[in-house]
Amino acid sequence: MTQAFRIENSGLINRDKKLSFKFNGKTYFGYEGDTLASALLANGVHLVGRSFKYHRPRGFFGAGVDEPYAVVQLYRNGETEPNIKATEQELFEGLEAKSVNCWPSVNFDIGAINNFLKIFLPAGFYYKTFMWPKSFWYRIYEPFIRKAAGLGVASIKHDKERYEHKYEYCDLLIAGSGPSGLASAYAAAKNGAKVILAEDKPRFGGSLLTSDVNIGNQSGKDWAEGIIAELKTMPNVVVKNRSQIFGYYDHNMLVMSEKVSDHLPATKKYHPNKRLWYIRAKEVLISSGSIERPIVFGNNDTPGVILSSAAKEYLKVYGVLVGRKPLVFTNNDSGYETAIEFKKHGVDPVVLDSRKNPESEIIDEAKNLGINIKNSYVVVAAQGYKKVKSADIASISEDKKQLGKIENIQCDCICVSGFWTPTIHLTSQSGNKTKFKEEIDAFVPGQSKQNEITLGAANGVFTLEETLKTSFKAGSELSKKITENDNEIAIPNVVEKKSSQHDKFWCVPLPKGKNYKRFLDFQNDVAVSDIEIALREGYRSIEHVKRYTTLGMATDQGKTSNLNGLQLVSEIENKVVPAVGHTTFRPPYTPVSIGAIVGREVGKHSKPTRKSPMHSWHEKNNAVFVDAGVWLRPRYYKRGNENLFEGSKREAKNVRTNVGVCDVTTLGKIDIKGPDAAELLNRVYTNAWLKLPVGKARYGVMLREDGIVMDDGTTTRISENHYHMTTTTAQAANVLSHLEYYLQLVWPELNVNVVSTTEQWAGAAIAGPKSRDLLQKLFPNSDVSNEGLPFMGYIEGDLFGVKARIFRISFSGELAYEVNVESDYGNFMWEKIMEVGEEFKIQPYGTEALSTLRIEMGHVAGSELDGRTIPYDNALEGLVSKKKDFIGKRSLKRTAFTAEVRQRVVGVVPLDKQTSIPEGSHLVKDDKAPLPNPKLGHISASCWSVEYDNPFSLAILKDGKNMIGQKLFAMSPLKNKVIPVEIVSSHYVDPKGERVRS
Amino acid sequence: MLYINCPHCGMRSQNEFSYGGDASVKRPELNKEVSDQEWDNFVYNRKSLRGKHLELWQHISGCRQWIKVERDTATHEIFRTFKADEEVA
Ligand SMILES: [Zn+2]
Repeated sequence: MTQAFRIENSGLINRDKKLSFKFNGKTYFGYEGDTLASALLANGVHLVGRSFKYHRPRGFFGAGVDEPYAVVQLYRNGETEPNIKATEQELFEGLEAKSVNCWPSVNFDIGAINNFLKIFLPAGFYYKTFMWPKSFWYRIYEPFIRKAAGLGVASIKHDKERYEHKYEYCDLLIAGSGPSGLASAYAAAKNGAKVILAEDKPRFGGSLLTSDVNIGNQSGKDWAEGIIAELKTMPNVVVKNRSQIFGYYDHNMLVMSEKVSDHLPATKKYHPNKRLWYIRAKEVLISSGSIERPIVFGNNDTPGVILSSAAKEYLKVYGVLVGRKPLVFTNNDSGYETAIEFKKHGVDPVVLDSRKNPESEIIDEAKNLGINIKNSYVVVAAQGYKKVKSADIASISEDKKQLGKIENIQCDCICVSGFWTPTIHLTSQSGNKTKFKEEIDAFVPGQSKQNEITLGAANGVFTLEETLKTSFKAGSELSKKITENDNEIAIPNVVEKKSSQHDKFWCVPLPKGKNYKRFLDFQNDVAVSDIEIALREGYRSIEHVKRYTTLGMATDQGKTSNLNGLQLVSEIENKVVPAVGHTTFRPPYTPVSIGAIVGREVGKHSKPTRKSPMHSWHEKNNAVFVDAGVWLRPRYYKRGNENLFEGSKREAKNVRTNVGVCDVTTLGKIDIKGPDAAELLNRVYTNAWLKLPVGKARYGVMLREDGIVMDDGTTTRISENHYHMTTTTAQAANVLSHLEYYLQLVWPELNVNVVSTTEQWAGAAIAGPKSRDLLQKLFPNSDVSNEGLPFMGYIEGDLFGVKARIFRISFSGELAYEVNVESDYGNFMWEKIMEVGEEFKIQPYGTEALSTLRIEMGHVAGSELDGRTIPYDNALEGLVSKKKDFIGKRSLKRTAFTAEVRQRVVGVVPLDKQTSIPEGSHLVKDDKAPLPNPKLGHISASCWSVEYDNPFSLAILKDGKNMIGQKLFAMSPLKNKVIPVEIVSSHYVDPKGERVRS
Repeated sequence: MLYINCPHCGMRSQNEFSYGGDASVKRPELNKEVSDQEWDNFVYNRKSLRGKHLELWQHISGCRQWIKVERDTATHEIFRTFKADEEVA
């Protein structure tokens, strides 16, 4: 294929490097430095997609971030990515892309039938039509809309690319490298400030790349290159291209997405695909420029209708003609600049200017070049279906209401300029209250809320001289405040052509008898008539009009459509534009890859993994692990072909008959020291703590101030002023914060210090009738007899030369001990226990057996202490002191908490002694009662009792105290089960608690 | 993301802190008789002010100190920060 629309002697592309690429299966060529858009246009390809609603043919409208049409599915290095703007995607060797929104092909699209049925698809169509019958929504409407309205397809494969996050701090962050960005960055850098200059495009320079100006006796482009080259040599400056600042958040935190690899055929080794920068800046300078806005006319979405500035950019940056017979339709001087560029490259344009008699240096130049100019003329409608073939044009009256006789002229593109809209997205995101500037018919920044200033075109300043003057000044003044340096910079001499006033004209009236679609939002197919309908139906707020019509809600976020939408609303409502107001600008300014936002927090990196010191032993011994918060804990140790049920049953049974050992390192541990430590415990726990002797442990329950149980655990008095508290695995962090809160804020007079020691101690629970025999062998020099180490006793011992803490506490309800050693000795301890325990038939047990043991003993845990229960509900009221005050005590007097028929923990056994009851099942009186069947309680935890060899569950049941012996039904609609059950005591095994004291 | 001046550590980003609610709430003294209304005010009732608000934050990923932050709930502007035991004038 030849690049028929590529011209010689123009553009910044590298003609020495030819690249091949595929679009919709066909091979083309372009050059290094092209975008996919410029390369396609060079090959004369104007049809790139179909529109969202009517599937009308779509071409290119812009040349950058504002592009509403040219959204493609990209294929790169075996991966695919949807919704890529062809105007932003740089060409690389082997690039492949496909059109979206069309089926079976872009040339023949079945959905285009919507175009002929468009009478049925006006504003609010989805809301009105697809609402009933209700059952149709899921089966018919939704799947149809999804298929018809999708924008590309997301890959369902794992993303091989890597994405990074980076945190950065700077004095000045400058968004955009056009004239204002360069000038302010240069001035600030010279003052020694730490500067980050970000440019979303591959090339620096912004408008200087395409404008015909002179700065300090150089072309604008050469001046920009010089400044960038110098900035790059300065150690206090970071200059980043392909980097879009897309969000402005609180306290001058901005987020930038850097495309590190998208312009390459494949990401280099060790490089990320994208890098997300979180930048905290002392000062932010927004030099984001402006975007040309269209003039609205009939069929203005036909491929070949393009922004005049885009046509100029394709010509000057890429050496590409968007057409050979261009028609320029403008209401200001910018259209002439484009026309002049065409003329300079041997193409004869026709200019239609809506103004009657404009005069300026630029217009003079156009006239001198002999360009055909028609004043008081407009394009009424574009003609041609897949490409502009001609235009219906007419003269227009001074009040812009009457059209003259319609003429048809041949053209292959229509370059349209409706003047410029400052890009105030970032400014507005910062909280800046924007204001409407009459002279330019657009919103500009108003009062700053954060340390932010907007410069140049983004601030509504459209002359280069003024832009450079204010930008140099802003850069040097803001940096001076920070660095206290004041290096004067001579402002270079500027040569630019003066423009005349633009015409406040944005929409061509419909000629009599014609019903052309005149589009405002090109991606979402929102036409003038849609807005009219919305207003006729009573929508007034611009936010509502937007949502009802979907104006500005596509992936381009209305960069070219919003202002014309406001103009229309204000005209119909007979209000001024500022009275209509604009919709809220929200981040991101432009779509950001989910991968970039997620960064490296994927897979096993999505959260930290905590492992006990004995983890490798568990691994070697076939442990099947389970997530417990961020901890990995053995669930059971698989033997042969055992499943979870068989393995955990074996382990639990071995605890009841011999001895087992369980890794309890994950329990939260808090070291508490100080003369007031006992007083703190006494206030934190519901029971009494002042008289606990040294060498003794006690079980305690702590409440929140609202009376709900927060956590439970044992605390041991190690020495006079030293306690060791344990918490549940899940609540460890919260309990520490809770203690710190009271010590620092409520009772600072208490002389106590708390610190987490969870990671400092490795813990092993040794449980079962033979645990004492084992312990004696582990600690031959310690007296671990029932007298020497009674229930809830504590001693220190010597474990083959390692100092150990021995607690006689039990979670399993068996005779049991917990041994702690410093974490580094954890594995040593574990191996010794296993080695010495062999003769007692020791087996390790996991969390599943641990649960079984506690459930059948009726020990409450996290599933009962679920943030909704008070001590009574958990049969813990015996631990609530009547004498002393403690956190949450006053709340226990609340009416609901003292009610007669308060919920309470009970045991539940299926009548058939066979069927396990799913956790979460509801307990009801009558399984046949009509829905909603009154719920009496719920199953909180279930196990297979190894003591009785039948299923057993715990439940929180209304009036549980008086329900023992009752027959109810456990219903689980999720598992489709109805199980007749009997309510029994929660203490199913050893109700008197004799074993732990034996 | 807020930028909070921890009186112990200096300027740190919000993700190092956890929020602790209204700092003007005073816990009734231990062992003191309190009415239902007083207790409800302490446990539940909050003003949810728009504007300047004194609130608690804990520097959990830093010094672990609870601090007081004077912040505008509408604009997020932070005016001053205080140590836990500092009097707020
Ligand atoms: Zn701190």
